[in-house]
Amino acid sequence: MAGGLSYTIDDLNDLTQAQIYGKVLNELGRKRPEIVCLTADLAKSTKVGDFFAEFPERSFNFGIAEQNMMTAAAGMALTGLKPYVSTFGAFAAMRACEQVRTDLCYPKLNVKIVGTHAGLSMGNGGTTHHATEDLGILRTFANMTIVVPADGFETAKAIEASADYDGPMYIRVGRGFEPFVYESIDYDYKIGKAVRMREGKDLTIIACGVCVLAAIEAAEELEAEDGVSAGVINMHTIKPLDKEAILEAAGTKCIVTAEEHNILGGLGGAVAEVIAEAGLGIKFKRLGVPDVFSVIGYPEDLYAHYKIDMAGIYDGVRELLGMEKIERDDH
Amino acid sequence: MLHNCKDREELVRFLKGKAIDVRKKIIQLVVTAGGGHVGGGLSMTEILLVMYYHILNIDPKNPKKADRDRFILSKGHGGVGICPVLSEVGYFDDSMMCDFNQYLSPFGMHPDMNKVPGIDMSTGSLGHGLSIGVGLSIGARLQKQTWRSFVLLGDGECNEGSVWEAAMSAKHFGLGNLTAIVDRNKLMIDGPVSEIMEIEPFEDKWKAFGWQTKVIDGHDVNALLDVFENLPAIDSKVPLVVICNTVKGRGISFMENVTKWHYGGLDEATEKQALGDLEKMRNT
Ligand SMILES: Cc1ncc(C[n+]2csc(CCOP(=O)(O)OP(=O)(O)O)c2C)c(N)n1
Repeated sequence: MAGGLSYTIDDLNDLTQAQIYGKVLNELGRKRPEIVCLTADLAKSTKVGDFFAEFPERSFNFGIAEQNMMTAAAGMALTGLKPYVSTFGAFAAMRACEQVRTDLCYPKLNVKIVGTHAGLSMGNGGTTHHATEDLGILRTFANMTIVVPADGFETAKAIEASADYDGPMYIRVGRGFEPFVYESIDYDYKIGKAVRMREGKDLTIIACGVCVLAAIEAAEELEAEDGVSAGVINMHTIKPLDKEAILEAAGTKCIVTAEEHNILGGLGGAVAEVIAEAGLGIKFKRLGVPDVFSVIGYPEDLYAHYKIDMAGIYDGVRELLGMEKIERDDH
Repeated sequence: MLHNCKDREELVRFLKGKAIDVRKKIIQLVVTAGGGHVGGGLSMTEILLVMYYHILNIDPKNPKKADRDRFILSKGHGGVGICPVLSEVGYFDDSMMCDFNQYLSPFGMHPDMNKVPGIDMSTGSLGHGLSIGVGLSIGARLQKQTWRSFVLLGDGECNEGSVWEAAMSAKHFGLGNLTAIVDRNKLMIDGPVSEIMEIEPFEDKWKAFGWQTKVIDGHDVNALLDVFENLPAIDSKVPLVVICNTVKGRGISFMENVTKWHYGGLDEATEKQALGDLEKMRNT
């Protein structure tokens, strides 16, 4: 998205990864007539335009009115429909926050929220469009399930799995520009079950979303440059949390978490709770947005700025291990 | 007022010229920024120019002047639309925007009041601005201040229930020192407002909420001046909404009334064509 490109909002629809979500939803829609799709003037932006085209009678654009949309989804769920609500993560989790808690979670209704452009992926859209609080907020809602796919393939897996998963769920995705971690959708995926991406004996990096790929690359760098053996876990489900995977990872005596979220309340906070309660007292560090409203820039700039890109995670691990600091020019 | 025009005729000529200059800057800014909310930026140019040059009691050299009129861009995605106006009237130099949207820039798609001089409130999440206006207007009244608050809304934005909660309360609290302005360009992201979420009968809705209404051509500088030079008395109990009929993408042949130009980027050829279209406007 550098300067000098000629494109409009329509062209953004053509990104293969982002299309995966839309495609899977259409496939589900064909098999399950109870699936309906709701958006708030973001059908194209959140990639449900195809669902709207194929199933116009099951698609509802509520205009720019997220609160009404969210609670109307609850009403639809009460009639046996399975609503998929698509809007930016910031507006799903925060504009319609009480609606999610009181109307979806409290009665435990079958509504799936797909929060797109989450984390810092809206880059220069700034704080009003960033969602670095959504995991923390939604994690405190009883009955809620929260998944953060690592890439487009995992988004497809999550959407597929969500169809038979009971209760409200928040599926947090990025903008669609994110690189792939997996090579296909050909792997075991279970909501609530972390995926081990890499073995390691000196420490474990527990990551979610875009940070999974960065963590894998950082682990490779640590191995190559420093002879440090770092394991990586893809904690794609933030709630219910895979405690066993965390306790197993704690065997390495050192854990680093990485997430595109405020370090308060999200993945790092959740992992810390498990470690503390188990009385483990191991070395521990949370990487993420350090409780500030982000500066602006392209997402890659922001990942580097808040040290959740490859170099940032690499440096964070070295710091926790008490290794010498590496001076870097940029960011 | 921030101009030296002697009479209405001169003022209209001056503002019409500025409207072309500013639209050119918007186009160039979209190129610099790598993309932007160009359609809705171009539809509100005359509204902003009339307000900032002629109506608002402001001092660009002293942006936080205590008794200034307040202007809230509730359609906060209008960053590329408003920033060139703020630079034009002297809040900052054009060169400040050279890294618009880039890493660490004070200027992003949605203006931040703590970074951009002249911005009275950080916006970007739609449906907040009118409530800010309600709070400002109550604050002014309580402190016996005679400055006014103006809030510019998008028409799609008026889908938000919060806009109508604010409208109800503005009348309830008797806030005639508050003026809402709607950029009625009839398009939102997914299509025409009438197809995505109809807001008509729009003027009647405001009336039903107890507001005084004016409906004008939002590109007609004379009409804008007529309305804003004759605002209700500052102690009026009835808030005013000015519904400005506008064209999204105004001035650029391939953008006018085209939904997808809500947000877009330009290459050399489209930039050249856009600037050429604007130059043609000079003689009309
Ligand atoms: C609460 C909220 N929901 C969704 C958006 C995303 N969004 C940005 S601009 C826009 C359309 C705005 O349409 P309108 O108010 O008519 O503005 P204009 O056409 O003048 O650009 C939407 C849905 C947002 N910024 N805030």
